[in-house]
Amino acid sequence: MTGATVPASLAAPPGGRAGDVLVRIEHVVKHFPVKSSALFRRRAETVHAVDGVTVEIRRGETLGLVGETGCGKSTLARCITRLYELTSGRVIFDGVDVSRFSRAELRPFRRRMQMIFQDPYGSLNPRRRVGSIIGDPFAIHGVAEGEDRKRRVQDLMAVVGLNPEHYNRFPSEFSGGQRQRIGIARAIALRPDLVVCDEPVSALDVSIRAQVLNLLADLQRDLGLTYLFISHDLSVVRHTSDRVAVMYLGKIVEIAPAHDLYQHPRHPYTVALLSAVPVPDPDVADAQQRIILSGDPPSPLDPPTGCRFHPRCPKAQAICAAQDPALVPHLADAPDHRAACHFPVADGEILATAAGAAP
Amino acid sequence: MTVPPVAESVPVRTESGSNPPRAIQGRTPWALVFERLRHDRTAVVSAVVVAVIVLVALGAPLIAQIVGHTPDAQFRETGLSAAGIPVGPSRAFLFGTDDLGRDVFIRVVYGTRISLLAGVVASVLAVMVGVVIGLASGYFGGHTDTALSRLMDVVLSLPYLVFAIALVSVVGPSLGISIAVIAFFSWASVGRVVRGQALSITQKEYVEAARSLGAGDAHIMFIEILPNVLAAVIVYTTLLIPAAITFEATLSFLGLGVVPPTPTWGNMLSESMAYYKVAWWFVVFPGAALLLTTLAFNLLGDSVRDAFDPRHDQTFAAHPDAGA
Repeated sequence: MTGATVPASLAAPPGGRAGDVLVRIEHVVKHFPVKSSALFRRRAETVHAVDGVTVEIRRGETLGLVGETGCGKSTLARCITRLYELTSGRVIFDGVDVSRFSRAELRPFRRRMQMIFQDPYGSLNPRRRVGSIIGDPFAIHGVAEGEDRKRRVQDLMAVVGLNPEHYNRFPSEFSGGQRQRIGIARAIALRPDLVVCDEPVSALDVSIRAQVLNLLADLQRDLGLTYLFISHDLSVVRHTSDRVAVMYLGKIVEIAPAHDLYQHPRHPYTVALLSAVPVPDPDVADAQQRIILSGDPPSPLDPPTGCRFHPRCPKAQAICAAQDPALVPHLADAPDHRAACHFPVADGEILATAAGAAP
Repeated sequence: MTVPPVAESVPVRTESGSNPPRAIQGRTPWALVFERLRHDRTAVVSAVVVAVIVLVALGAPLIAQIVGHTPDAQFRETGLSAAGIPVGPSRAFLFGTDDLGRDVFIRVVYGTRISLLAGVVASVLAVMVGVVIGLASGYFGGHTDTALSRLMDVVLSLPYLVFAIALVSVVGPSLGISIAVIAFFSWASVGRVVRGQALSITQKEYVEAARSLGAGDAHIMFIEILPNVLAAVIVYTTLLIPAAITFEATLSFLGLGVVPPTPTWGNMLSESMAYYKVAWWFVVFPGAALLLTTLAFNLLGDSVRDAFDPRHDQTFAAHPDAGA
């Protein structure tokens, strides 16, 4: 982290210019079939986990992805890294459509997109030594063998702030934060272009979060990484992300540069989410208007028609149930601030608390 | 990407730099298992018994040389009474003699070799087949799983004695056939255990991590999943060996295993059936050897299972301080 310098084996000039599109996903849909077999009647249902998401990730940026639990954030991440087969849609990585690639065709791309997982306990094999876990990328892609591999792994451990002498330890001998560093070392081993961070700090102690976030920021600067940063913690996303996309029930409802989204939220759901962020100053907190959404998110088995947020939206009208709004700029917004809403919230507008929201 | 300055005041613990002298020694899971076994009296005693049995099997020719009897030598003058009845235990024949005047002690010693060989080789074969098929079944899932699971069900539901009798009547009895039959009827139960575990481990995040690195099926099955089912496999193997030994004895008893005059515990028991009223030693010693061996292996297997799964730990109840 702050002290360690990036060794020569890691530092290589990033390909392509910063700012151009690294990953483009188009109309990505992921449905999971659910077989519910009542004794004699068998009906097939579908979980609409991701339902038509189009988004671009630019080289060198951090794109934040926020939303409630179960809104499809992690599913979208696994669609992009092709851990899940897409139901439909395309994933274009650096100009190449990889969405229908076979496993063999995908292998060279696996080196270029890596993932950091949420659970630092579940993502490391408890029966394997840390050195061999971090060495896996080198072994799988035949990059380095024997002593060379060991040296590279120890370099990586130093880069992420672990003691290289702990090469032979088991994951159970490390704390949560250290384990997450192990996961980060594994993800950056092959110098990927894209790192998908699936809630990388959600499972960590609050005092450790800042350290891991700083490490991620340092690595991004030194290695020219592009991040897709998934979180349900808006304050974390605000500090880490250049742009933020808000997801609700399998769809992106609003996407904008981070400061823009936090200053001028357009979608009522974004407004409600932002109002739920805790404020450390009690006077400010008291003065704040909190929008409490009634009811639970609808079941992804049977999502609402039209705008998916309409059953819980304080501004919903008849058209919201009938017509799915497009993701477009509203009011005086720049073209890169888009929201999917028929009645976008104006700056300073007070949303009635849970008014008209049917459970 | 910036983080609020408060983070800067938090010292970054990199674990590098000066390490205080370590009082707590990190131990691997295997070291912990071994440590628990060492403190389990049943485990130590049964391990010693197993070790002695292995030594007896290995040193059988040496023992024969010391005693001066070969397993097939018939002592018609000293080993049979005037009426042709086997003689009981004595200094010359520690375990007495059998109906042909052969030394039961030496024959039991030689029988150990067949029993262990059949038990261990058949178990290892069964475990290898069971692990590979179980891993494939649990990892690939879907149609592969359905097909392999049905195959295991079929093997487990075959009447093994009928199958063995039919096979032997075609190809003739031998040690190789015995081992093949035992392995064939044992792998499916190993496969089921491994499949169940592989099924749940396949859902773990570290398997997903390996996939996202581009790992192949073989890497995931044998490097990610196998080490996590190894504990169950080892426990199962130690319990499979005594079962295989008994299985071999059964086959020999029925004349389907190793052909006489090669001594096995099974065919000795079979031969003794006509004499048990006049020569108890002829039945008791091979039977006791079989009992002792299977008991030792079973107790060792139980202890190994407890050591791998400390939640079923009995040592607290048995601890001498616990009752005070």
